[in-house]
Amino acid sequence: MADTVQTWTGSGLRGVAVAPSTLQPLRRFLGRHSTIAFLMCLPLMIIIAGLVIYPACFSIYLSMLNRAQTHFIGLGNFKFLLSRDVFQMVVEQTAIFALSAVLFKALIGLITAHLINNLPAKGQRKWRGMLLVPWVIPLALSSLGWWWLFDPTHSAFNYVLEELGFTEIPWLSQPAWARFSVILVNVWFGAPFFLIMYLAALKSVPEQLYEAAAIDGANAWQKFVHITLPMMRNIIAITVLFSLIVTFANFDIVQIMTGGGPRNTTHVFATYAFMLGIRSGDLPLGAATSLFMFPILAVAAIFILRGVRKRGREIG
Amino acid sequence: MTVTLLPAQSRKVSRRSVLKSAALGSAAVLASPYVKGAYAAGSLSLGVWDHWVPGANKALTALCDEWGAKNNCEVKIDYITSQGEKDKLTAAAEAQAGTGHDIMSHRDWNIRIHAEVLEPLNDVADGLIKQYGPISPVAEYLAKIKGTWRGIPTTVGSQVKPCCSRISLYKEHAGIDVQDLFPADESKWDKAKIDTWTWDTYLTSAEKLYKAGYPVGLPMGQTSDAVDWVGALFNSFGVVMVDGKDNIKINSDETRQAMEYLKKLMAVNPPEVYAWDDAGNNRWLISGKGSSIMNPPSAWAVAKRDNPSVAADCWTHPMPKGPKGRFVGQLPQFYGLWSFSKNKQAAKDLLLYISQKSSVAQLVEASSGYDLPSFKTMYDLDTWKKVEPPVGTVYGYPPRGDEQTSIAGAPARSEVGAQIYNQAINTVMVAKFTQGNEKLDDVIKWAENELEGTLRA
Repeated sequence: MADTVQTWTGSGLRGVAVAPSTLQPLRRFLGRHSTIAFLMCLPLMIIIAGLVIYPACFSIYLSMLNRAQTHFIGLGNFKFLLSRDVFQMVVEQTAIFALSAVLFKALIGLITAHLINNLPAKGQRKWRGMLLVPWVIPLALSSLGWWWLFDPTHSAFNYVLEELGFTEIPWLSQPAWARFSVILVNVWFGAPFFLIMYLAALKSVPEQLYEAAAIDGANAWQKFVHITLPMMRNIIAITVLFSLIVTFANFDIVQIMTGGGPRNTTHVFATYAFMLGIRSGDLPLGAATSLFMFPILAVAAIFILRGVRKRGREIG
Repeated sequence: MTVTLLPAQSRKVSRRSVLKSAALGSAAVLASPYVKGAYAAGSLSLGVWDHWVPGANKALTALCDEWGAKNNCEVKIDYITSQGEKDKLTAAAEAQAGTGHDIMSHRDWNIRIHAEVLEPLNDVADGLIKQYGPISPVAEYLAKIKGTWRGIPTTVGSQVKPCCSRISLYKEHAGIDVQDLFPADESKWDKAKIDTWTWDTYLTSAEKLYKAGYPVGLPMGQTSDAVDWVGALFNSFGVVMVDGKDNIKINSDETRQAMEYLKKLMAVNPPEVYAWDDAGNNRWLISGKGSSIMNPPSAWAVAKRDNPSVAADCWTHPMPKGPKGRFVGQLPQFYGLWSFSKNKQAAKDLLLYISQKSSVAQLVEASSGYDLPSFKTMYDLDTWKKVEPPVGTVYGYPPRGDEQTSIAGAPARSEVGAQIYNQAINTVMVAKFTQGNEKLDDVIKWAENELEGTLRA
């Protein structure tokens, strides 16, 4: 009778009473680091496939059906959308909303990251914590708070302005102010993300580079342009890409604060898709609206990530 | 090129075959009067609009429990809020998945939107019409799709949006006694007097109230309160956006007349009305700043709690009359029975039970008169006469006298109407002209283009 005692050693299972020829490939397969890594990632991959890939593919399929979802109409929904005045306005508004919000978030994030980085280590933690607060509050909740501040009739901001002798501002009832208000809230919410990413990047810049530049007589601006920015290019590219995608898909802020009004002038893709798909009952048209930016963002992502990889290789 | 596919909901059993059987079934039932099943049994689940009036849900639960006990059927109700359109999202998800509650309440256009997966209810609707007389034309327009009833109008949450005016402010600043004009007894209504309550009178009084520092508050955003009152005004001026045969009719003298009128009316409204949601006008009235809004009695009910002196000064009464009549915006809700329900007969029995006048009376009472059945013969319920303060304040809430119900988007076929209504084409038109100061011809041209887009539906 074969020995049936099993012992675990560094190289794997030993002493199993089976023919070594059958087990060896399996042992080798399980022994590989890549296999273990794959098995450990599998639950996550299944979740992503079920909750991200399948819905994404289904929405692409949905966007190519007619309203009753009985006929395949190819790109008919996209063609139709492009012919509508309101949709053209929505494209323009979403671009203004996303680009200006990301620009300001990046600028504010960069400036505050520098300010915090230059604080004594003891005080940094306190400031970091406080400045992250907007980012950790659930967006729906903070948008509601902002809506109260901008309330068309009883705005807290207007109350203060009036007390100080200024005239009221039509925060949400005039298109220009309404656009400004939703962008402001988006910047308020998103700037801490840039702050924390840039702060991490700043900490990783070797101090010797600044010391060498100082010896060469570089001033603060020159150090920033010639050392800090090049060293942060990758992280800037990635945060901008990530933020662009998230901001282009924003829903909560606009839906809660303006609902797309006045006169459709604050609608972004997500709120317009909601109006067409859920409120008006045209799910395929809503799906087409929400997918409209997908190819443009995908191309942008390819170029940005290619640049990141290239710079990574250069540094490596 | 188009390729025919099977609908998403019916990959195993063709939807066509289900609908065909259902249509044949309903035709057979139609041939004979509705007969209640002797023994429903089993269980039923309902997804129902969550009422904002405290205690109103309890009245519906009690009615369902009562019916369940009599019929040995377990009834489970989930109350789903309409905040953030959660009820519509739930309905969309259930329709898409082909599973969920047996009965679902649907607001405004949702019966039209889900018609393909809703069970025909001609037997229940026709039985009720036989019992209680004609049903509201708006309810019929929204729920009777191609000759088949796909929903039964609810009492819970169904509403109209007439004027709710401050008695003392109208008397003092506009010289109009709204209680005298519309006393809490229809038999005392004087036609000659009521005929003076026109949109011209409304404008004159609004101008006086604006000067006195108490403007009327008429929302001009893109939510239902705004769409409904502008829809009613358009109807009373004879404006048709799209007719029943897909003809775009917005470029008309009637439209120009209504828009010019609105230019004057919006000038005496607070400028923030363009950003109001459905609660904006309520807050305006409750704050004491506003003299009149167009709304169900929810504003009055909240004022009763938050600002009792304002509530005691409110009077709900019919809308002003225009050249083509007196119209009020109506927004009914419906119960729909999903075609995938496992207990259809029991569901129909329950719907019939909660639509009886005795049940309706309990629901109206529990909501202090807010809930409005779709049968005019039920407008004699006591609740509307006795609710206070002041006594009879909501007597004029159900459409009475020459007031007719209307909905923006009609008379276009309902697929088109749903787009017109939900995209708020009428209020965006008005806002472009009155707030954006765009030329009327340009606004009409814009509307024609948008309406042409809705015809794709």
